[in-house]
Amino acid sequence: MSILVNKDTKVIVQGFTGKEGSFHAEQCIAYGTKIVGGVTPNKGGQEHLGLPVFNTVKDAVATTGATVSMIFVPPAFVADAVMEAAAAGITLAVVITEGAPVRDMQAAKAFAVKHGMMTIGPNCPGVITAEECKIGIMPGAIFKKGHVGLISKSGTLTYEGANQVCKEGFGITTAVGIGGDPIIGLSYKQLLKMFQEDDDTHAIVMIGEIGGDLEIQAAHYIKEHITKPVVAFIAGQTAPAGKRMGHAGAIISGSAGTAKEKMDALEAAGVRVVVSPAEIGKAVKEVLSK
Amino acid sequence: MNIHEYQAKQIFAKYGVPTPRGIIANTPEEAVANAQELGGKIWVVKAQIHAGGRGLGGGVKLARSMDEVKQLASEILGMTLVTHQTGPEGKLVQKVYIEEGADIVDELYLGVVLDRAKEMPVIMASTEGGMDIETVAHNTPEKIIKIAVDPSIGFQGFHGRELVFGLGITDPQEQNKLIKFAKALYTLYMENDAEMIEINPLIKTGAGDFMALDGKMGFDDSALGRHPEIAAMRDISEEDADEREASQYGLSYISLDGEIGCMVNGAGLAMGTMDTINYMGGTPANFLDVGGSANAQTVAKGFEIILKNPKVKAIFVNIFGGIVRCDRIANGILEATKLVDVHVPVIVRLDGTNAPEAAEILRNANIPNVIAATDLADGAAKAVRAAKGE
Repeated sequence: MSILVNKDTKVIVQGFTGKEGSFHAEQCIAYGTKIVGGVTPNKGGQEHLGLPVFNTVKDAVATTGATVSMIFVPPAFVADAVMEAAAAGITLAVVITEGAPVRDMQAAKAFAVKHGMMTIGPNCPGVITAEECKIGIMPGAIFKKGHVGLISKSGTLTYEGANQVCKEGFGITTAVGIGGDPIIGLSYKQLLKMFQEDDDTHAIVMIGEIGGDLEIQAAHYIKEHITKPVVAFIAGQTAPAGKRMGHAGAIISGSAGTAKEKMDALEAAGVRVVVSPAEIGKAVKEVLSK
Repeated sequence: MNIHEYQAKQIFAKYGVPTPRGIIANTPEEAVANAQELGGKIWVVKAQIHAGGRGLGGGVKLARSMDEVKQLASEILGMTLVTHQTGPEGKLVQKVYIEEGADIVDELYLGVVLDRAKEMPVIMASTEGGMDIETVAHNTPEKIIKIAVDPSIGFQGFHGRELVFGLGITDPQEQNKLIKFAKALYTLYMENDAEMIEINPLIKTGAGDFMALDGKMGFDDSALGRHPEIAAMRDISEEDADEREASQYGLSYISLDGEIGCMVNGAGLAMGTMDTINYMGGTPANFLDVGGSANAQTVAKGFEIILKNPKVKAIFVNIFGGIVRCDRIANGILEATKLVDVHVPVIVRLDGTNAPEAAEILRNANIPNVIAATDLADGAAKAVRAAKGE
């Protein structure tokens, strides 16, 4: 078992024929992901990487039965692409593109939720179920199959964490990079719930950052609902307090979003919090050998 | 991207948000000419920097004569203003805004910002205008009203009523004026892809009018492409020169106080690397994210920027390649050693995509000063030792 995606998941790529889309689609196919086609307007009917290209997501879904879309379109077109996927009945959109305007994502996410579509990202490395299905840009080779679920805001810390878990002799069920933009799709809370319900996942690694309060919300959720061991790292303990102009952001979130605040909240929820990402592997070993 | 008060007020005016009249000045002479043009008997000389707390820092002063305008403008122009939002180094004042004096009977606070949890903009208001609003939020949170506006319906009548009744405004004319004010502010927030608008204080005048006495605005950098007129308001003198140079090469750089230069891919791992150096008893000299498209040239540039800081005693290159290919970073390190005099030990940890090829490249090049590390902990430990001269 795993969460979100597996070896049978049918995936299309929006922005399929572009440079990034092509490169990473090829890597995903090589990893074993069941990519069944892609979408590039005005290139419908062509073939790319040996797979059919469609003009619209609707056409692609009708022909291939795809349920997941990996999105590589340029930032200005991200919202449009997400909404097109939702309207076409895609159930999970994985948005890799960085730099989508916040207002666009706000509207796109609201529309996606209305249509029952889950979103991962934007500005994220994607999702991978080890040795089955990679939808994103992560180096696939480091993700060995195992029993640890991983959720991370940061892309490279996803790799760092997974690598350590695997080097300690454990492996990954599914790893999800949720992205660090102001508006994101799936967050810690929903993913923690999925990992809790996944019998194959025995422990969860959660990697956060300074800013916002998603990690604090996650801490509350863990305290109430998560019985599996959780290891957490929050990046940015040594980051200087940012120069800023207004006060409004901090008032809305009700917290300054410091690493310490988040680490304290997680510790209070019974999470094993490490002070350096270099300790993630060892901490997983500890909690799993208890 | 942030803009100055006088620029924010130009945008306010376009949307019908009332402000006192004012004119920007670069010299004391211009300040006097502006005051004369505005007329009246009282003027406010306001330092224009991208930070709050200017009044307390001595950057906002009242003038009652032309001589005073000239004297205050000369004092404020060229001063380094230190406020609780500038950091201890402060900010150089290069422009002053000359504004007509206002007849203030009451001071409110009004702002618009994205509520990440609700995923929609929130209008914030308080009767405690003119105060440090974070202190108000902390000590008397009940005095802050928050009204979320769902962009799919926009600013409706009920939002306005919630606002005025929440602020205890009972005069129907005043209610209408403030609702119109708030609606215009919400509209300009949305239409310009603002990240934050803050008016503190928003004043009520003796005539019962509302005016933005101050204005702070920040914008979503990702949306500036569709707002060329706002992008043109960027004041690069407000930005750190090294940070700006770095950004031209796709690098994200922030200088810090320590001794170990860091070059890392990804903001999260970059912060995690700093945290690890700190945990092992060292001090990071900078945050540097080489981004997803690093190549030999950008890496060389990164070294150059890191080495400008004379405190740097060692450099830790920590790359976990996903999009970034390690062989490119390895070539970048070779290139950098030719272009820049890298006189400190460089500890290199390359993992992920094409890591074996990268190791091969570095091994063959055999550069003194370059020390290979096997993982994050090993690299950080070696960097800390190298910085201590061990």
